[in-house]
Amino acid sequence: MINLEVPRKFIPLLGRARAFADEVMRPISRKYDRAEHAYPVELDLVSAVIDGLTDAGAGHGAGVAATRTKDGSARSAVAAAGSDRKALRRKENRNGANLSSVLSVMETCRGDVGLALSIPRQGLGNAAIAAVATEEQKARYGKRWAAMAITEPEAGSDSGAIRTTAVKDGPDYVLNGEKIFVTGGERAELVVVWATLDGSLGKGAIKSFVVERTNPGLGLVRLEHKLGIRASDTAAFHLDNCRVPASDLLGDPGISTETGFGGAMATFDNTRPLVAAMAVGLSRACLDTTTGLLAQRGIGVDWDRPPLGQSAAAARLAALEAEYEAAYLLTMRAAWMADNGRPNSMEASMAKAKAGRTCVDIALSCVELAGPTGYAETELLEKWARDAKILDIFEGTQQIQLLVVARRLLGLSSVDLK
Amino acid sequence: MAAPTRLSLGDRGQRIGLRLITKVGSLPVLGNPDVRRTVESLLYRGSKGAFGAIEAASRRPFPSRAGHGDPGRSAPARQRHEFDLTPSEDQELIRSAAARLADDVIRPAGARADAERSVPEAVRRAAAELGLSLIGVPSELGGIAEERSAVTTALVLEELARGDLGIATALLAPAAVATALANYGSSAQQATYLPALLSESAPARASLALMEQGPLFDPLSPTTTGAIRGSDLVVNGAKTLVVGAADADVLIISALVDGAPRLVLVEAGTRGVTVADDPAMGIRAACTGRIALDDVVVPATNLLGTTEDHLDAVRRARLAWSAAACGTAQAALDQLIPYVLTREAFGEPIAHRQAVAFTVADIAIELAGLRLVVWRAASRLDQGKHAARLIAHARQLTAAHAAQIGSHAVQLLGGHGFVKEFDNERWYRDLRGAGVLEGVLLT
Repeated sequence: MINLEVPRKFIPLLGRARAFADEVMRPISRKYDRAEHAYPVELDLVSAVIDGLTDAGAGHGAGVAATRTKDGSARSAVAAAGSDRKALRRKENRNGANLSSVLSVMETCRGDVGLALSIPRQGLGNAAIAAVATEEQKARYGKRWAAMAITEPEAGSDSGAIRTTAVKDGPDYVLNGEKIFVTGGERAELVVVWATLDGSLGKGAIKSFVVERTNPGLGLVRLEHKLGIRASDTAAFHLDNCRVPASDLLGDPGISTETGFGGAMATFDNTRPLVAAMAVGLSRACLDTTTGLLAQRGIGVDWDRPPLGQSAAAARLAALEAEYEAAYLLTMRAAWMADNGRPNSMEASMAKAKAGRTCVDIALSCVELAGPTGYAETELLEKWARDAKILDIFEGTQQIQLLVVARRLLGLSSVDLK
Repeated sequence: MAAPTRLSLGDRGQRIGLRLITKVGSLPVLGNPDVRRTVESLLYRGSKGAFGAIEAASRRPFPSRAGHGDPGRSAPARQRHEFDLTPSEDQELIRSAAARLADDVIRPAGARADAERSVPEAVRRAAAELGLSLIGVPSELGGIAEERSAVTTALVLEELARGDLGIATALLAPAAVATALANYGSSAQQATYLPALLSESAPARASLALMEQGPLFDPLSPTTTGAIRGSDLVVNGAKTLVVGAADADVLIISALVDGAPRLVLVEAGTRGVTVADDPAMGIRAACTGRIALDDVVVPATNLLGTTEDHLDAVRRARLAWSAAACGTAQAALDQLIPYVLTREAFGEPIAHRQAVAFTVADIAIELAGLRLVVWRAASRLDQGKHAARLIAHARQLTAAHAAQIGSHAVQLLGGHGFVKEFDNERWYRDLRGAGVLEGVLLT
């Protein structure tokens, strides 16, 4: 039965996430925006709260992918997904960890995206582990904080072109290469590193490896200075004969053009709805603040009157709210499909594409609507507008999402639709 | 004047059930025992109504009938507390039937109906056989609604408008009047008008006329007025883009009465009602006309519902247009995908170019977003929750994106999209209307 409201069972959890955003994150947003690279110790002080949220399924890390198969992104994916086959039977609608995760990420990112990315044990690497690790590996890494290292100086969106190598040497793999834009890279305990087993074998040879942050072969090169999400550390690493046990290769070590890269790419089916959720949360923050500021000037939207007959500011706000709603529901849909074991690569990219571009538009529009008040540092609107841009970039840019969506709609390969 | 044939509700339910079986009997979904049970319940629904449905004796007038007791209302749907995008099996069944009608009957008739500004009789007959006018009317009033469902109506509207928006509008305009009577009418109003509207052989034509001329038109502030004089209401004003105005037997118009907007039942044959042609950019199959109301005197009991009901109708109509826009936009997307894969330029399919492929992706993304917002608004209506804001969002997205999708659908075909060789130029005209038009349809 069609119902698009927040599931009742998640409401208490979301109330706690909202309180955490309001009481803990908002008061320190500006502080850590200014003090780039300083560790937000307040997040440690409330770690009990955070772990409580995580245990309740609010984390966007390890628990997320419990209902996903490792080949969920395969082109010809059948609508059956391992342990969730039961959910495919029509009456057994499932509202699980994917939905609760996107909902709670929306709440924490309404608080602060940079701080949300700095919550211990909630890294994007955790989602990668959840997506492709074996059960044994999940048990081993599950409770630890993992960052994600894909991008290289010469390979951004084209993640199939990475040059970091992994060479088998006895019981170990030896990794060599450069990784940049590693969110949470300095603070995490683990870094999930993408590397190729054989550069001549293409995407099928790309595997992900879990590297201990303390591994002497993993050297921190620098932390980036950024436009936004400055509370979150963004690291560059040098891998110099970095030795990892073979058991830390995530998933299947075999090279296969069918599942190899697809397996690693399945990470994105999990992380894209989460980034979409971050964008939705940030959009909500902008809209709520702007609505409050406009109300002080006596301007509000009459939802029953045609917007063009209202003030330009009200009409603009109404239009932004509508786009927000579409982004919100596309994100919910992608997560709900994952909960119900349905392949969701295209829908995840739709959510990310819509939420990413919408949040940038909303954030920039809200600065404009609030005028000098929006542009000055007295409010957080200007910060949110800076934070917003990364959400249309990381975990796949707007253009990459459109490629994913278009290829699936049109049934074209990456050879035909470049 | 043919002798009225009385059908018991049991007969009526059986007929509808049988019709659905005929239409969807070959669908695999009937292999599902749960769905079969649904159909069986349609077949065996008991006869417990207040009055039997009556075959339309004549087009007009409508002999006034006394109602019994409280007016019938369709019950709001049961509340659920889980996020779910799966239609119920009843909804899937009705949607499948509507989809088949759209594919087999409506779509092939679209171009000609647009050119001739009329819906072919065969199409009307096929739609009537499916019982479309019954969808928003509760079973005790002769309809098929077990419970009120804006979601079900939205699903059906989308399918029919995927066939053709103009034809869908013409077919469902009388159903909207029946729904308004079911939702807002007194038992006397229901007894007077519903039987003729729900007639199988010659259903009365009716239209919900809210629009008036003028830029920035706001249906909450109509210029048409209704003045109460004793037991009469004197209506003055004009309504524009009234669907099927020339053939209408009865209209529901909006008018300002004592300073507040209200719905008023006006029979087309009433003195002072005149009709003029009023063609528009699109939905031409719905043959829009202007209705002038000059000192039209109707009984004050023709006031339909309250000011809140008028507002409810405005909202439900906007949502209906958004649901319909999803269907027409889907038709465009369904056509564009194979087109860009086969049309070649510079030695390869144009789909291989990002400029083309990304446009198709954007259409799919915005359409998916619009559809989800429509569903959420409709399901909130069904749950009795506040839905004004969601409906405004659906309206906004329809005005912005449905029109843009119509434009893309022409653009991707270039000159071929601009000429009437394909349906695309019609979708362009129709999709512009979906975010502009008020009234006519109801979810």
